[in-house]
Parts: sequence; structure tokens; C-alpha cells
Amino acid sequence: MTIPGAKQTSVGALVIALLIILPLIVNSGFALTVMSQTGIAIIFALAFNMLLGQGGMLSFGHAVYFGLAGYVTAHVMNGMANEDLPYMPVSLIPLVGGVAGLFFGILIGFVSTRRAGTAFAMISLGFAELATGLTLIIIFFFNGEEGVQTDRWVREEWFGITYGPDIQVYYLIAVWCVIAAIAMYLLTRTPFGRMSNAVRDNPERVQFIGYNTHRVRWLAFSLSSFFAGLAGALHAVNVEHVGFETVGLGQSAVILIMVYIGGTGHFAGPILGAILITLLNAYLSDISPAWYLYLGLIFVGMVMFAPGGLAGLIMMHDPIRRAAPHLLMRMAPAYAAAFGTSLVALVGCIGLVEMAYFLSTTVSRNTALILYGIALDAADFWPWLVCVALAAAGALGCSRTYPRLAESYGTAMHEARRAVAS
Amino acid sequence: MEVFVFSLFNGVLYGMLLFLLASGLTLIFSMMGVLNFAHASFFMLGAYFAYQISQPLGFWPALIAAPILVGVLGAAVERYALRPVHRFGHVAELLFTFGLAFVIEEVVQMIWGKVPVPYDVPPSLNVTAFAWQGLDYSVYRLFMLLISVGIFVALFFGLTRTRIGLIIRASLTHPHMVASLGHDVPKVFMWTFGVGCALAGVAGVIGGNVLGTEPGMAIQLGPIVFVVIVVGGLGSLGGALIASLLIGVLNNMAISYDFSLYPIFSLLGVEREAEGILADLVSLTTGAIAPLVPYLLLVLMLILRPRGLFGTRDV
Amino acid sequence: MTNAIEFSGVQKSFGNTEVIRGVDLAVEQGEIHAVIGPNGAGKSTLFNLVTGRYHVSRGRIELNGENITNRAPHDIFRKGLSRSFQVTNIFPRMSVFENVRCGVLWNLGYHYSFWHFVNRRRDLRERTESILEQTGLASRRNVPAGLLSYSDQRALEIAVTIAGGASVVLLDEPTSGMSSSETEQAVALIRDISATRTMVIVEHDMGVVFDLADRISVLVYGKVIATGTPEEIRSNAKVQEAYLGTEAA
Ligand SMILES: Nc1ncnc2c1ncn2[C@@H]1O[C@H](COP(=O)(O)OP(=O)(O)OP(=O)(O)O)[C@@H](O)[C@H]1O
Ligand SMILES: [Mg+2]
Repeated sequence: MTIPGAKQTSVGALVIALLIILPLIVNSGFALTVMSQTGIAIIFALAFNMLLGQGGMLSFGHAVYFGLAGYVTAHVMNGMANEDLPYMPVSLIPLVGGVAGLFFGILIGFVSTRRAGTAFAMISLGFAELATGLTLIIIFFFNGEEGVQTDRWVREEWFGITYGPDIQVYYLIAVWCVIAAIAMYLLTRTPFGRMSNAVRDNPERVQFIGYNTHRVRWLAFSLSSFFAGLAGALHAVNVEHVGFETVGLGQSAVILIMVYIGGTGHFAGPILGAILITLLNAYLSDISPAWYLYLGLIFVGMVMFAPGGLAGLIMMHDPIRRAAPHLLMRMAPAYAAAFGTSLVALVGCIGLVEMAYFLSTTVSRNTALILYGIALDAADFWPWLVCVALAAAGALGCSRTYPRLAESYGTAMHEARRAVAS
Repeated sequence: MEVFVFSLFNGVLYGMLLFLLASGLTLIFSMMGVLNFAHASFFMLGAYFAYQISQPLGFWPALIAAPILVGVLGAAVERYALRPVHRFGHVAELLFTFGLAFVIEEVVQMIWGKVPVPYDVPPSLNVTAFAWQGLDYSVYRLFMLLISVGIFVALFFGLTRTRIGLIIRASLTHPHMVASLGHDVPKVFMWTFGVGCALAGVAGVIGGNVLGTEPGMAIQLGPIVFVVIVVGGLGSLGGALIASLLIGVLNNMAISYDFSLYPIFSLLGVEREAEGILADLVSLTTGAIAPLVPYLLLVLMLILRPRGLFGTRDV
Repeated sequence: MTNAIEFSGVQKSFGNTEVIRGVDLAVEQGEIHAVIGPNGAGKSTLFNLVTGRYHVSRGRIELNGENITNRAPHDIFRKGLSRSFQVTNIFPRMSVFENVRCGVLWNLGYHYSFWHFVNRRRDLRERTESILEQTGLASRRNVPAGLLSYSDQRALEIAVTIAGGASVVLLDEPTSGMSSSETEQAVALIRDISATRTMVIVEHDMGVVFDLADRISVLVYGKVIATGTPEEIRSNAKVQEAYLGTEAA
């Protein structure tokens, strides 16, 4: 018999070790910024998935709690600097953001969680628009389009921490990220967490085993807003500025897309999505103007073909891995073929999109473009021809390799079941 | 007085444009249960298609061709993308249309760039129809009004006097019954989606040159159309019309009068020289809060009366 | 002693159609009370009225002497009344064990707690295990409920219903669609759980009804036409004419 939780503990220890040494390995300033952003995104994504994945509530406005908590945090830090407010260590300031998020979550959650589904989604959209509108009206608090500036260097704390250097902020975020992730994981195993899943799956039946569905959703919403607020506070500390876009529809959309692509059905899915999308965003948005188009297409593709997200795709193979790991190796050729044809199609399509973007956005008549390291003229005929040919050939290939992959998965699954049965 | 008349007129015009969008959206939502997040994106495509077509061919061919193109595109989206998602449930469908809106905006930027395109009112209609008290009114605005009222009348008669209209109305109130009467429901859905998108396309063609044709136009208008169908009530075209006009007129009045809200706050004992948050409230005007009103209405409606003003069932 | 459930003049209309047309009915403490009647008579509707799923149009319903008319379903459950559904209504993505555990949570006082861990609580585990044993589902505990066989799903439906420790349990057609050996098991189970509870069952299988019930009420077209012991019902002329007549013939 294995000790319960031993696996989780060792995985956790590994993750913590990685978080500690990561900035020592990749220590460019940019990489550090990206890692800090990733940590914040992970907390926010996990918080969002408490609603979408665990509670079955699709929100288009969860950034409201992230952003409002950011504003509150910025004001609290400014107040401490002016000595209008009593001092507290900046290390603990994420709790202020959490409480702010919780406050707004309790308030707005009460009215918005009375119903789930489409009605909930629309109310969340309404509140997102309201919050964005208010940031431009209540200048006193939001300071309009300029937003609120703040300074995280309030006073020297324990061990001489000042949060001046970015590396200190990285460790602050890492610590809170681990704490929040563990807390949210543990929440899934509480009576509240189980009933949250139950309300997601069958709200009708839940009423007949003693639970008020509104209460369950409201609690999920409030706790989720707490963690969203915690992430918002870290954001304020990290960039020392909170603007109106942090409460807006765009921010909410990004977190939704992240979580969905990562996978809502598994606890680690949002973490995966947050890491992947933040990294891609950091490194691709400079290279390609079409980055958001790719992101949107990946998202739509996931909704259509892989509603479980990346985590779902990975977990599909878990029964096979458990029953007979060697069957996974047998699927390798099919995977390789599908990967190869997809790559060809992708190279073609990305080429087409990049050239089209380039032509539509270029201001001068200069149509010279460097694509895949090759200098070419986007107004020429042949690059288009090559890309169309690649895309078509890749698509044709995919139409053969994907059914084969599905078939190979089917046989592996079948054999895995037989192995379990015998 | 003239401010009143003109903002009333402009409000009605804006309201009728909203109605063109809302009528399709409410049909789709009540029949299929799909809240089409991308509906305003089809409106935007209508404007861009019209711009593209009118470049070589002029406005009139664009007025016919662009909505048809948008409608066909909408039907294709329903048939080949939305229908497979249907089995994952309404939330998945909502997610799909959300992603679609995102993608359409990016594709528009890819093809036509991030800055507004010069899609202009046709010169033949850009003449003054009448001038009154120093403000003049163009023929094009009258034309817009004519088109949208015409479509409203056509819709009304189509739905009340034809067989297909009967089926559509039946499926608004009893979406599950129509299938048992032996109608090809997927096909009805596809056509409804297509026609709904085409109506949004018409709004794009006639509104794009007045409101401005740019990649952000969909996300600006989209949520307001949601407000219209929720406030008007699911499945009620009459409700959609009244809500459209209400929001259109309210919005225009609030902006053109731009009353100060100080008198209200002074009743509550707020001084004009107040500080802090009160200073913001004292300086509020109706024009500043106008963009918020629809969303306030949406939230209140969903909380207090989820079936809307004239709806027959909850959202 | 007050009755477990008492309907007085209960009436229910959907739009213009009156489905329950003035029902007076008393369920005594500790008995097994069967409600029979033709399809569409309003038996399930009656359940939906007591449990707060539907709004009562007129009349009054009492549970152990307390007025529960038009209270919220979760409120009524907390007062000690639980029900099963005619169409299986469970949590298909959760395992059998988790389904039953969900049913246990409220009664053991965990409510909305987010500071207890469900897999660390002995009382939760023990109560869940004992319900699984009792309903014969122990060997299926880790199977996702959606993948169970039909008769196991029906058993799980009952397991979730009794998990919350309600003193009054309503079962809506617990044996429908079962083979005769499965029905036999279900009857044994119902007899077993009725030892400590008041039960109301809706059932079409007359063998089961006359085997189990202490008293029977016959509901026809929204009205109770007779209530009595199985012998009284069997010999009641009105019942034979309206209902059993077709079967006796
Ligand atoms: N939600 C509802 N809306 C409208 N009519 C309803 C509703 N629920 C039940 N009815 C009608 O009420 C009548 C009684 O239905 P009910 O389900 O209570 O019958 P029943 O006695 O349980 O029948 P069965 O033995 O088939 O389960 C039926 O005519 C049914 O159509
Ligand atoms: Mg029934």
C-alpha cells in the first residue's frame, strides 16, 4: 500500500526546487519578467478554473476581480508610503488583494450566481462592461485612462528584502503561486469542492440532497474571486501600475482562452495553459503580428475537436500508460506521421498569414519580408504559390494521417482494456 | 426643441440599426439556444465586404451582394463548425462563437489592416434632404431609415403570413416541438443562422459608412445587441424592436443633452466643491454615463426579470 | 402521533390543465405506503409537490406536523424527507462512491465546509461504505456512475436517496425496467431500508406493491379514489372498476 499523497508531495518538492533554481539558470531580465508573469497567470488561471472547470460557470468578466484588487493594492501601497495607512510588509500585500477580490466577489457574486449557464455568462459580461465604464468615470479611484502608479519599495523587510530587484519579486510571486495552487488544490477535496462539481454536473439533483445550488455557486464565485484578487495584487506589485485594461473584457478573454486551451477538466490543465500561452505570448507577439489570430484559431480548434484541452489530450493516454506502457511506443509512428503532415500544413498556412498581414499593415511600398529566414518579396507570386502548395499538401497528408492516428489510438485503448480485464 | 427632434431622429436611426442586428440574434438565440457572440462580427464583415465591393462596383451592387455573402458565410459556419459543437452543449457553443468573434476580428485586421478603411456614403445620397434650424439632414440617413423599416415590415409579414414563418414562430416558443412535427430542424437552424447573419450584414452595409468601418466596430456594438435581446425578451421580435429604439433614443438623448447629474447629488446633500469620490460624482453628466446605462439595464433585467419586457421564457 | 406526511386539499394545475385535483392523503409514521394508478394519473407530480420541485397551486402539505408547502427542495430535505427519481438522476461523471458520499455530506453536518478534507473524515467514509454495502454496490465503488448497468444505476439512485438519513423516503418506480431477479433484489433492499423509515413508493408492478405495502392509495386522474390495506384495496369495487379491473380481466 502506498502512502496517500506521497506522489503529490514528491511532485510538489520537484516543482519547488525547479522554481528556486530556474532564475539561476535563465537569468536574463526578460526571462525573469516572463517567469513572473507566468506565476501570476497560473494563480489567475487556477482561480478562473474554480468557476469554469470545477463549478461549470463560464465568466466573461473574471478580470474585474483581478483588476479591482490590483487597484486596491496600488492604493494601499501608496497609502503606506505616504504613511496614511499603517505599515504592513509588501510580502503580505497579496492578502490585501485577495480580501479585495473576495469583497467584490461576495457582492457581485450574490446576484450573478443565482443562475448558471448562458444567463450567468451574460451577467458576467454586463459587469465587465460596467467595471470598464466606471474606471473612466470614477477618476478619484481609477484615475481614468492613465491608471494608478505605485512603488513596491516601501521599506526594507526581513533579510533585507526591498522588492527593488526583479529577482525578489519573482520569488515573491513564486512563493504565493505555490501557496495559492496548493490551497486551490486542497479546496477541490473539501465538501465545498465536491458539491461544486456536483452542482456543475447535475444542479437539479443537488437540491434533493440538501444543498442550495445558489449558495454553492456563490461560495465558489467568492473564493475564486479571492484568488483572482491575489493574482491582481501580485500584478500591481510586479508592474507597479494598474490600468483600466486590467478589469476589461480583453483580460478576461485571455484568461478564458488560457484555461480552456490548458484544459478545464484536470487540475493541472490551467497551469499548463498559463505557462504555454504566457510563454508563447512573450516570445511570439514580437515576431509575428498574427499571434492573436493563431491564438484564436487554436482556441476555436480546441472547442471543436478537443474540448478537454491539452490536459484532456494528455489524460486520454493515461489508461493506456497504466495498463501497458509499451502500447504507447506502438503509437509513435502514427504520431510521427500526423506530426509531420501537420508541420507541413502549418508552415504553409503560417507563411500565407504572415504575408497577408505584412501586405495589409506595411505603410510604405516596401514589400520585402523575411519569412523563415528567407528574404522574399511579399508582392511576388512564387512565395504565395509555395505556401499554398505546402498548405494543400499538408492538409491532404493530414486527411490520411489523422484517421490512422485515431485508429491506432483505438487499438491501443482496446488492448489496454483487455490487459486490465485479464 | 431642435436638439430634441434631432436626437430623437438619430436615436431612432441608431435603434433601427440595432434592431437589424437584434432581430437575427434573438431568432437564433430563441430557436437554437445559442447566444451568438460573433453576431456583431458578421455586422462588421457586412461593412468590410460592402467597402470591398463598392470599390470597383459602387454602392448599389454592394448593398445586394455583401449581405448575401455574409449570409452564406453564416450558414456555412453553422453547418460546418457550430453543428458539430452542438453535442457538447450550449456553453461550448457560446465558447465557439466567442472564439469565432476573436478570429474574425483578427482576420479583418489581417486583410484590411488595423486602421479604419475609407468606406464612404455614396455621393449620390450624400446630399442634404432638408435643413431645419441650421442643422441639415442627409438623404442617406432617410435611406437608412427606409431600408431598416422596410426590413422590419418584410420580417413581420414573413413571420406572420408565410408557412416558414409559422414554423419559425412555433420553434421560438416551443423549440423542441418542431422536430416532432417532422420538419428538418437542422436545416431550419442553418437558414435561420444564415438569414440572421445576412440581416446583420445589411446593418453593416448601411451603417458601416456612417459609424466608421474599423476592426473594433464589432466588439463595440456586440454587447449592446445582447442587451437589446435580453431587455426585449427572448423570442419576441416586437420586444427587440422596442428595446432597440429605447436604447437608441436614450443613448442619443443622454449624449446630446449632456445634463449634469449634480442636482441629484445636491439633493443628497453633496456640496459642489466636494472632494475625492464625490468630486467625480458631482461632475458626472448624462453623456458620461450613457455608455454604462445599457449594461446596467442588462444586469438589472437578468436579475429582476429574466424573461425581459415581452419575452415568454427566461434566458 | 402526527402523520409523517399529510396532504390537505392539494391541487396543482399546469396552465389550464388541472393535474392534481384536490388530494387528501395521510402517510402514517413507519409504514410503507404505496401509491398506484394508471400512467399520467399524477403520481410523480404528487412527489414533485411534496419535495418542493413544483409549486403547489392550492392546499397544504405537512411533514411530521410541520407545514412545508412550497418550501425550497433543499429545505424540505433538511427536515428529513428525501426522494428518488423515476428517471435516474445521479452524478454521471463521479464514481459510485463519490455519488453516495455527496448524499451523506449534508446530514453529517459538513454543509458548505471548505476546511474539512472529505477523504480524511472517518464518519463520512464509514457511512458511505455502509450504504454501499446495504445497496449491494460495494464492488462497483470506483466505477463512474454513468457507466453502470441500468439496474445498478437504479440501485445507486436509491443509495443516494437514503444516504442523507432522511426519516421519510419517497421512491418513484424503483423497479421499473428491471428483470424479475433484479426486481426481487430491489424488493429485498426496499424492505431492508424500510425497517427504520417511513416509505412512500410509486410502483406499477402489482406483485411488488401487494408484497411490500402496509397501505395503498389509488390515484386516478388526479384524485385519490381509495386508501386502505392491500386486502381492502383488492376488494374495493371502485378500484376494481377504475383500475384493477383491466388487470383482473
Ligand atoms: N411540468 C409539467 N408541465 C405540464 N404538464 C405536466 C408536467 N408534469 C407532468 N405533467 C402532466 O401531468 C400529468 C401527470 O403526470 P405524472 O408524471 O405525475 O404522472 P404519473 O402518474 O407519474 O405517470 P407515470 O406512471 O407514467 O409515471 C400528465 O398528464 C403529464 O403530462
Ligand atoms: Mg411518474
